[in-house]
Amino acid sequence: MDRREILEELKRVLEPYTENKELLRNINEQTDLVKDLKINSSNLVDVIIDAEAKYNIEIDFDSSEKMISVGSCIDVISDKINK
Amino acid sequence: MYRYILDLLPYKSSFRFVEEIAYVDADGVVGHYTLQPDSFFYADHFPGNPVTPGAILTEIMAQIGLVVLGIFLITEGKAPANDAAAAAAKPTSPTAAIFPLLSSANVEFFKMALPGQRLTVTSKKEYFRFDKLKCRVEMHDAAGERVAKGTFAGFLKKL
Repeated sequence: MDRREILEELKRVLEPYTENKELLRNINEQTDLVKDLKINSSNLVDVIIDAEAKYNIEIDFDSSEKMISVGSCIDVISDKINK
Repeated sequence: MYRYILDLLPYKSSFRFVEEIAYVDADGVVGHYTLQPDSFFYADHFPGNPVTPGAILTEIMAQIGLVVLGIFLITEGKAPANDAAAAAAKPTSPTAAIFPLLSSANVEFFKMALPGQRLTVTSKKEYFRFDKLKCRVEMHDAAGERVAKGTFAGFLKKL
């Protein structure tokens, strides 16, 4: 799966936690989950748990700490699924 | 048996809403609280007609359903080896050992709860990961009727 495909799927993972769906449509790798998408930082745990289920991967604490922007989420996810 | 959990609760006097822990394991907790007729909120909510505020019922559910279970989980069910943590949680100490932060509460109320009633709170863990504890919590009165139910989540930090 390439980065663009992961990004498209990531939109569906982020959707329940993003109030402004318009913002979600135009995300790119630089988009910050909390600052730009206004996701409640306490829900980042849920984003990670949902991503684990979607990609059938396990995200450890160190990787979770990196998942700040759309790009860094894609880094972690692609790293795990290509293992 | 669960005495050490009560000792680690950071809430004191008028804002402590845990009376008894009936059961707790890694998946959930059952606990009790009896609504005290002399609680500070009844005089004004409402004058001559004391009814427990929904915010207080929510707090009772959070303290038993999330914080008691959270303390059990972070202490792995064992009283801390030294009693420094318990000592720090005593009201004389300026700092509590456990610092809970509620991050969400989605609650529905089914019936009123009146002063003097003994409430039972039952909580089932959905997950505990990256310091976040999420639970499904129900509250029943002494007659076994459901007072409230909800989904709660919060973070528990050891200071």
